[in-house]
Amino acid sequence: MNQQTHHADDKMLVAMREELGNRVSGILESESGLLLSAVCRVDALPDVVAWVVEQRKYRFATLVVQALPSGDQLDYWFFKPDNGPWIKLSIRLAGDAREVPSVSGLLHAIDWHERQAEDLFGMVFTGHPKLGDFVLHEEWPEGVNPMRPEFDALKPMVEKEVDPQWRPEKILHTPGAFVMPIGPVYSDYAESAQFFLETVGEDVVRMVPRFFFKYRGVEKLAEGRSIKDVLLMVERFSGTSAVAHATAFCRAVESIGRISIPPRAEALRLIASELERIRHHFGLLSDICHSTGMIVPSADIDIMEEEALRLSAQWAGHRYLYGLITPGGITRDFSQSELTFLIAGITGLGHDAQQLYERLQFTSSFLDRFEGVGIVPKANAQRLGLVGPVARASGFNTDLRIHAPYGFYRCCPPEAEALESEGDGYARIRVLFAEVFSSVQLINKAAANLPVGAVSIPMDAVSAGEALGCAEAPKGGAFHYVRIDGPGRVARLQMTTPSFTNWHGFHLAAENFAFQDFPIMMASFGLSIAESDR
Amino acid sequence: MLGWFLRGASSRIRTTRYPHEGDSSTGITPGRPVATQFSHSRAADTAATACPTGAITAHEHSAEVDLSRCVHCMACSRGEAAMKWQNDFNWASLSGPQALKTTQPFKKSLHIRLVDSGSCDAVIQEIKQLAKPYYNMHRLGFFITPTPRHADVLMITGPVTSHMRLALKKTYDAMPRPKWVIAVGNCAISGCVFAPSFMAASAVSSVIPVDVQVPGCPPPPLAILHGLLVLTGRAPAMQPTTPPVTEVAS
Repeated sequence: MNQQTHHADDKMLVAMREELGNRVSGILESESGLLLSAVCRVDALPDVVAWVVEQRKYRFATLVVQALPSGDQLDYWFFKPDNGPWIKLSIRLAGDAREVPSVSGLLHAIDWHERQAEDLFGMVFTGHPKLGDFVLHEEWPEGVNPMRPEFDALKPMVEKEVDPQWRPEKILHTPGAFVMPIGPVYSDYAESAQFFLETVGEDVVRMVPRFFFKYRGVEKLAEGRSIKDVLLMVERFSGTSAVAHATAFCRAVESIGRISIPPRAEALRLIASELERIRHHFGLLSDICHSTGMIVPSADIDIMEEEALRLSAQWAGHRYLYGLITPGGITRDFSQSELTFLIAGITGLGHDAQQLYERLQFTSSFLDRFEGVGIVPKANAQRLGLVGPVARASGFNTDLRIHAPYGFYRCCPPEAEALESEGDGYARIRVLFAEVFSSVQLINKAAANLPVGAVSIPMDAVSAGEALGCAEAPKGGAFHYVRIDGPGRVARLQMTTPSFTNWHGFHLAAENFAFQDFPIMMASFGLSIAESDR
Repeated sequence: MLGWFLRGASSRIRTTRYPHEGDSSTGITPGRPVATQFSHSRAADTAATACPTGAITAHEHSAEVDLSRCVHCMACSRGEAAMKWQNDFNWASLSGPQALKTTQPFKKSLHIRLVDSGSCDAVIQEIKQLAKPYYNMHRLGFFITPTPRHADVLMITGPVTSHMRLALKKTYDAMPRPKWVIAVGNCAISGCVFAPSFMAASAVSSVIPVDVQVPGCPPPPLAILHGLLVLTGRAPAMQPTTPPVTEVAS
């Protein structure tokens, strides 16, 4: 949430009271008017979610499950682009009850959230078509749920190995059909994940992914630790988006502490986020060129990426900008000459990127590999609630910087959202380039309008409370739910990352394709496994 | 395509001269805190408590650093009791007391299989940089190979999550002898902020023997390159206890 004090959408509050009747109770509006929370009757959940999503056109943000002493609580968070307060629907279960009706049938974006909650909390989502091993694989004993409070986070689990022979259920039953496993150790530099390609020879009919080989249990480890310690993990679980995740986490903490950080800190956070976005997109574009064997453009972008990394280290001390964002602001101030230096570097990189983009647009052997490859139609992107450049390439507007502006983006939003409509690999490349150019502009704009003053305010004791912090990470919207109990201890952390959201939609693009297109589709989606697995 | 050829041929060479010459470009490393002498012991204690990962220990007037726990958060470089900061990258060390029995043939052709056992994507990105124009490890005879059967060295990142343990062991077993293991990054060396836990072992060395350790979070490309050079006996390893040679103020 943000601390902006514009007026709430009273109509929504009234509509909730009138139209939902006794299906919800305890409707509350937050002080700032930016959040409506309500407790939903368990059996009425599908109705209420349908009302919020279908009639009121809200979008799903995250599902947060918590095991509280009074019983389990499930919070369904929704937001509406451009207007209206956020909505939090709570389900409160008494005692040992674990059953909740599944809503994945009407809200596909929630599918993996429910599967995750089933694995980690032992929740039972009645009517869900596919529950079972997801985060935890088949070696994990049934009935042991690591996110439950009685589970010891620091005690190593039973030494039982995974089953390397595990295969998904085949749907192809024709002569010669087989499943080709890829991973978890494959390719040159790939992160660990497994993909099963169901094929009859040359054409791949469908792809079944298997993730969470890298599950480190960050959210469980965060419980009971200090904010400072948790921030270290939040920055480091997915290092290429460190600033975005640190920002989302700190925004949640600041919201709990009811403080507004100084405007100069907001502006510098924006500059750091956009610098991260530029460097991150260079990395993706290099992979994209590399996947088609375009060695010269790939090397060109590699040079830009390394220069952006060096620029980050020269500017803020760390190549991946770790240690810059802190609750209450940022850890150091920058002089005018440091900013001028940064802008000179960034402008140069933007210029190089522009030249490269112009060359690539006229390289037919490159375009042939991306046009019409891995298409995600807009309707599907919408149905699965995809985020980030992947969604924008399909024409689905999701940029939180524009549609739910936070921090300095309120005074200095990107000029336009980088929207394309085709949803294929080439559209995703165009979105990535457009975002690089718009980030260069944003940095210039923010630096030109940089407020003066302090860059942080002390946050000594954060009182108990909960909040959802969001940020537009390079890969898309990130939502960090934080609950703090007692003196500065994190009681619950839930990170909904753009990679987690978008991997859920990857199979849509990876359907009926040729083997040689698989690396190209992976590169054009540009998702991180570390970010998804947490 | 001719345009791309000309573009490639006309680009100037960017590759570092390291290890033939030192590299003092700025921004190639996050740097590290080094052992610092303070005028009174209270300052040393302050520096030690400022470290969120316990990498700094105070001994009376001096504060020492365990680089394998340092995450470059730079908290110790600020305030009154600031640690000295050194922008170097020769951080790799041999993990056993015994010298490596590296044979001559591997000096100019060493094939590496990378296994990600639960690291973040930043460290993978830094390893990728090694094959890119600025660092170009190929000129030194280091190559990444997609199959463990062709690999001489296993490069491991991450704290070895329980889902990756078997895959890691099988990759190691599939490699022909002689073989070596490099643990890259602090999560591979000590688990750092992610281990020990219910999902992650405390270090790679608890699963398979490690020969060279490259600390850092993430280690910059030249530190990883230094690790490879240490492995092949082409560069001296960092001695964890030796005092630093040069000091650069933060």
